[in-house]
Amino acid sequence: MNPFTYARPTGIDEAVSLFTPDSRYIAGGTNLLDLMKENVTHPEQLIDITRLPLKDIEETTDGGLRIGALVSNSDLAWDARIEQHYPLLSKAILAGASPQLRNMATTGGNLLQRTRCYYFYDADTPCNKREPGSGCPARDGLNRIHAILGHSEQCIAVHPSDMCVGLAALDATVIVKGRDGERRIAFADFHRLPGNEPERDNTLADGELVTAVELPAENFSTHCAYLKIRDRQSYAFALVSVAAALQLDGGVIRNVRVALGGVAHKPWRNPEAEALLVGRPADKAAFGELADALLAGAIGFNDNQFKIELARRAIVRALSDAVEGAV
Amino acid sequence: MTVKTSPVGKPLDRVDGPMKVQGQAKYAGEFPLPGLLYGHIVNSTIARGRILHIDTRAAEAVPGIEAVLTHENRPPIASYDKPYEDDDAADGSPFRPLFNDRILYNSQPIALVVGESLELARYAASLIKVEYQTEEHATDLLTNLDQMSTAPADLPGPRGDAKQALNNAAVKVEVQYTTPVEHHNPMEPHASTVHYLPDGTLEVYDKTQGVQNCMRYLEDVFDMEGQIRILTPFVGGAFGSGLRPQHQLPLAVMAALKLKRSVRVSFARQQMFTFGYRPRSIQRLTMGASSDGQLQAIYHQAIAQTSRFEDYTEQQVEWSGMLYKCPNVTLDYQLVPLDVYTPLDMRAPGGTIGVYALECAMDELAYAANIDPVELRQKNFTDFNANEGKPYSSKALLECYEQGAERFGWSKRTMAPRSMQDGHQLIGWGMATGMWEAMQMPASAKACIDATGKLIVSSATTDIGTGTYTVMTQIAAEAMGFPMDQVEFKLGDSNMAKAPLQGGSFTVSSVGSAVQKACQELRMKLLDTVQQTPASPFSGKTPDEIDFADGWLFIKDAPEQRVKLTDIAAETGALEVEASVEPGEVRDGYATGTHSAVFVEVKVDEDTGMVKVSRVVSAVAAGRVVNPKTASNQIMGGVVWGVSQALHEETQMDHNLGRFMNHSLAEYHIPVQADIGDIDVIFVEEHDEIVNALGSKGVGEIGIVGVAAAVSNAIFHATGKRVRDLPVTLDKLM
Repeated sequence: MNPFTYARPTGIDEAVSLFTPDSRYIAGGTNLLDLMKENVTHPEQLIDITRLPLKDIEETTDGGLRIGALVSNSDLAWDARIEQHYPLLSKAILAGASPQLRNMATTGGNLLQRTRCYYFYDADTPCNKREPGSGCPARDGLNRIHAILGHSEQCIAVHPSDMCVGLAALDATVIVKGRDGERRIAFADFHRLPGNEPERDNTLADGELVTAVELPAENFSTHCAYLKIRDRQSYAFALVSVAAALQLDGGVIRNVRVALGGVAHKPWRNPEAEALLVGRPADKAAFGELADALLAGAIGFNDNQFKIELARRAIVRALSDAVEGAV
Repeated sequence: MTVKTSPVGKPLDRVDGPMKVQGQAKYAGEFPLPGLLYGHIVNSTIARGRILHIDTRAAEAVPGIEAVLTHENRPPIASYDKPYEDDDAADGSPFRPLFNDRILYNSQPIALVVGESLELARYAASLIKVEYQTEEHATDLLTNLDQMSTAPADLPGPRGDAKQALNNAAVKVEVQYTTPVEHHNPMEPHASTVHYLPDGTLEVYDKTQGVQNCMRYLEDVFDMEGQIRILTPFVGGAFGSGLRPQHQLPLAVMAALKLKRSVRVSFARQQMFTFGYRPRSIQRLTMGASSDGQLQAIYHQAIAQTSRFEDYTEQQVEWSGMLYKCPNVTLDYQLVPLDVYTPLDMRAPGGTIGVYALECAMDELAYAANIDPVELRQKNFTDFNANEGKPYSSKALLECYEQGAERFGWSKRTMAPRSMQDGHQLIGWGMATGMWEAMQMPASAKACIDATGKLIVSSATTDIGTGTYTVMTQIAAEAMGFPMDQVEFKLGDSNMAKAPLQGGSFTVSSVGSAVQKACQELRMKLLDTVQQTPASPFSGKTPDEIDFADGWLFIKDAPEQRVKLTDIAAETGALEVEASVEPGEVRDGYATGTHSAVFVEVKVDEDTGMVKVSRVVSAVAAGRVVNPKTASNQIMGGVVWGVSQALHEETQMDHNLGRFMNHSLAEYHIPVQADIGDIDVIFVEEHDEIVNALGSKGVGEIGIVGVAAAVSNAIFHATGKRVRDLPVTLDKLM
């Protein structure tokens, strides 16, 4: 860990004004401190935002919820409004990390956690995401936990979050604040694919601070499922995860959403394919078609070919489970 | 019995439990010392080659950094192999840290940065620049099989004619299993705190399973005979990782000698992957049986990796020659040297791998012959060890099968795979036999009565969390006839009476026997002493006719005739006895072992392949159990690790880089609480007067052996799939 300075502002504008190119905002620190200790990230300044007034969950005028960026993952998952109206989000959060980590980790920080690629974490190996241009040993190395969709020559890492998979399915909006004011970013546009800039995980501009996440009124509380497939029952990142949400009308699909985790550099959706299912019976044939569409163009590597078939099965299973209720 | 109620055999709480839960038990990396400096190790980033240049200037320029040690400026160390050969060394040339510019494996220690704080040392270490001359490396066992040669192991020769018997066998299986590299990963990382004393001698708090092993190692490597004392009061798990001195120890000593200061060096978790491990292996088995399931022949070959500088061997194949009755057996063991560090004993070394393969093959044979897996094993039971040509001193394995099967409900099992489904969950029941040796080593112990009348017993063993403090206190209390609270057992100091390494499940057998003998002799000596008094009422009394209570020695039939123990101690000076015990000659005519029958239920999701071990029954025969509570803890820990071996553990190496990559506990998976279902431990008591005077065989290893096979066999029963490559991850079940 390199020496750094530390600031603890109390206001949002003050926090944003303190930002310099080698600064990092820190809240729960559950990922950033690891990255610093592992010599992956070397901020010269940490701006501690835990005193900022971003800890509330409030109802929005259009019937949704606005979640402050500093609401802890635990508080969010166990919030009565979330449990009742957005069970998919609650289940996705509780599928991630461990109780201790969820107590510390925040809503904003969860969005910004970085990949778990082994090479990214080992500063003594090449990695284009950590050190642009140094190479990607994962392509020909250990890639069982890596991407099958949306990867590039430069990077095959995946986004590790569960919460974000739920937020992607719910069409959340990310609210950010920078020196030039506030911006609203559709969840699908917040994270990005690696392309030729794998060092950039998201579309935040330098110094922009996530202040809130907004959930729309449409909550899929009747039919939803979060299915996480992993190598052990807890405290493991998803090999594949599926956030599935349905609105049904007597067994007929009125609306469907599916987001995938563990397969790409961002939560993976295909709204066009989802739209094609509207009006179809909620059965395995329809779910299989959506799975095929979501996985179209999937390319695996040496160790992770299995994820393609696994994802297909998981999508069908999660949607089938969602037909039964909120599971 | 000379005591009213013996504490031996009782499920007593750990005597060190309160200290541990209150945080008062100090571990090697926790002892505070005035002016202590902290070292951080720099590791190589290539697998093979030479260091051309290390630029340490930036690190040395950091305020608070006292030194950067490399092969160029370290203090003198021995150059020949002999001084580095510790009690658990493999054949060959032991690794010599910072000896020269050669890189023998990736992540080898190449420098030590020493500073006023750990954080500072770690930061300065990140500023060091190393220039290498890289050479081509080979780290993959599977692609280097042409390099294999016969292991320097003392295998039994061929028995009968396995080849011909296999040709004639009515039922045959020919299978290959592969097992991965695993690292020990005790919760407590290795650490050494070196106290530099004013006279230049060293007291070292070290995490080890052998304080005298580490003392001799340092004495020899640094030419400091009589100037080293090792202290290890507590160990936070070791599992074999502390059987050899690990490199943080000599590095910390180098820094202390160079700076004439006290120094601590601890491994970061990532650095726990930079020394010994369980070797990757290929196990090839061919088994033949008659149509009714009588074994006719076994061929078992193991191929395992080792380093280029040492030939690490363990008992991988011997089990196939001794566990069952089989007239024709051929065993073979090959090693492939690679550009890696030397493997290291890890819980039930060799047995964990070899019995896994043997017991999976037995299950495959059971299905080939259409015989119930338990019945097949019962049919082939033997109480004779054909490798050694000796009968077992005791082997209650049939009782283990019977009691384990009964508790598990095995009789309700249907033989066909995929025949026990419940919704999306495929249910599988599998079992396996476990086995470990019941060894005994020479050991000594000292017993004395202190000024308060308390019995103090000591030996230079350790307590790696197994309950040594507790069971030795029980054994001493029984042998002396004292209540538990009047006995204190001390360990973990190289100045104490000689003890072997704590490993191999032989601590109770070896040190326990010495403790027992020392206390029995002290009891005699006390009686002798009081008999010296003129007109002593104790004249002519035998040890059986006396007893102790509340600090008094008295005659059982005449309790009013008594002497206060503190008075004896005060009048005669300290009453002290040191006793040594060697394995008894009676053992020579027998083979000795612990055995188990492990029954496992798994639930496998039919779509996703996710496996959950919902329950395990382990029935263990290990002689007399000194403390059923701590012994049961040992078996449970072994079962959990067996589940881990079956489903989770694998240190993954990138062979392009020759480097282990999942070097953290987030990515190196062991089970979490949610992965473990019910574990039911049964002890099948054996009365064994041959194994040692205590009749106790030790339970440190037996808990893990066979578990991975039982899980794998259960998965086959659930899914109909034989996955012969550990760990059984869900992708292999798709």
